[in-house]
Amino acid sequence: MSETIEKPRLVIHGRKVVGGVAEGEALVTRETISGWGGIDSNSGTVIESRHELKGVSFAGKILVFPGAKGSSGWSNAFHLARLRGTAPLAMVFTVMTTKIALGAVVMRIPTVTDCDADPLEVIRTGDWVRVDGDAGTISIWDRKPG
Amino acid sequence: MVSLTAEEEAMLGGESGAAVAKAMELLVRYADALGAERFVETNNIAGVPGSSPQWVKDHYAADGGDYRAVFSRYDLDSDEVVDVPRMNAFSCHLQGGMDPEFWREQGMSEAAHANFVSDSAQVEAHGIQLLKTCTPYLAGNMPVRGEHCAWMESSAVVFANSVVGARTNCEGRESTSAAMLARRIPDWGFHRDDFRLGHHSVSVEVPVDSIFEWGMLGYYVGDAVQDSIPVITGALSDANLIRHKHFGAAAASSGGVEMYHMVGITPEAPNVEAAFGGSARGERFVYDAAARRRIYEVLNSVGTSTDVDYVMLGCPHASIEQIAEIAALIEGRKVSVNSALWVFTSRAVKAAADASGYTKILRDAGGYLMTDTCSAISQAVPKGTKVAALDSAKQVHYLPAMMGIEGWYGTTAECIDAACTGKWRGRLEGRLA
Repeated sequence: MSETIEKPRLVIHGRKVVGGVAEGEALVTRETISGWGGIDSNSGTVIESRHELKGVSFAGKILVFPGAKGSSGWSNAFHLARLRGTAPLAMVFTVMTTKIALGAVVMRIPTVTDCDADPLEVIRTGDWVRVDGDAGTISIWDRKPG
Repeated sequence: MVSLTAEEEAMLGGESGAAVAKAMELLVRYADALGAERFVETNNIAGVPGSSPQWVKDHYAADGGDYRAVFSRYDLDSDEVVDVPRMNAFSCHLQGGMDPEFWREQGMSEAAHANFVSDSAQVEAHGIQLLKTCTPYLAGNMPVRGEHCAWMESSAVVFANSVVGARTNCEGRESTSAAMLARRIPDWGFHRDDFRLGHHSVSVEVPVDSIFEWGMLGYYVGDAVQDSIPVITGALSDANLIRHKHFGAAAASSGGVEMYHMVGITPEAPNVEAAFGGSARGERFVYDAAARRRIYEVLNSVGTSTDVDYVMLGCPHASIEQIAEIAALIEGRKVSVNSALWVFTSRAVKAAADASGYTKILRDAGGYLMTDTCSAISQAVPKGTKVAALDSAKQVHYLPAMMGIEGWYGTTAECIDAACTGKWRGRLEGRLA
């Protein structure tokens, strides 16, 4: 263990949706994501035709996005991703819906919303992010610390 | 934290059995995720309880790999496997994976069919109505105004909220399965009066009358307002169940609309003030000739080949009136050897189509009337399909992307013409061309 742990660039605070702690690389999009018909659960990849993340995998990433859209199969598509091991590590989102609340619950991944700064503004793809669902804190580094 | 009544505490504590307790546990986690303060009681649930492909059953092989294991571990997201009793609420199964009769034509394997038969038997044994449709309101489950429901299927949810004035969020598989046992759903969103008020205005300035036009307007509205509630005024006419069905399905697909108000048409919008709960707010969108043309072009942007080898109708599942129209359009004609025609509906409506002679007319012409599913849900199209023609904006939104094919959007008559000629001749014609 190094004696000095690199301080995060920023820490923001929000409301717990699902508890637990996870950290990893951020994947940020300003576009909402469809579950059924919008992702491939087997590979954890966005497949929607005109989506800016088309072909990009969220597996093992901290997914930062406005939230869910589309079919009521949202939770099911992401739940299947959990079974396949392709779910995100954690989620930070801005617009609450039944789809994303249920999806976060059944993926059992740390999830935070209602943040005191816009996560879509302050988090960039590739940042290293730690989501503490229970505390509702999101710590952001430029790269993996230490 | 969600507060519980004494009865709900007892359910959570196991007094109504282990399965109900696990259902309440999941519903409490869900309510807390939403920030809901309480539950509402519901006795009208529509979902896809326990049905699963074989690989999901295999995933739970250590737990028995059966319906019970999937319902416990997946539907209720429980760490333990529990005995699953008959459902306590009025519970309906929405669309499924294949047609019970034409599954071979759909390209399904013997093994997938055996799994389908086994799941259906379990659904039946658990007291769940086998409606097998995305249109429960056309197949025996029409809610009433103010009724608290817990429904999946975005096109059915938007219909229930907007056209009927029933109250449901866009629920998911796990929440509906849990609600079938616990008869509870979080009191959040569309269950609450203030959540149902309009956010934005849409002024319709070109005539919107047919199913084709209502579908395009729906696709425009969803794109404009995303998942908020539009209040629509203007040149809308000929409202009926089918037009609402196509409008809502399109708006739910391009945006995520779960409720809309049409002033003077839908029950919670006798006037603009009532729809907004005060004076109009939000943005004002205008659907004019240019917007109509743009939407038509967007819906017809996936592909270039006019050689249509597949026509799919019945998204959302066709009503008996639509099947009568299709039969009238195709009677005396034949589906082209270069094309195929599959029409999808519910089992209940198919029984009416059988009795009315429409199924035979369609079959004699070389088409199929299928139930339970659709090409997008089952990911089944006729072998070798490259170019599909569709009369549903929702299906155009999903099917080409999912199957890697080209797609055209047009009227039902244009689609039948394409099925019989193998050529797409649709166009945005008439008074606004």
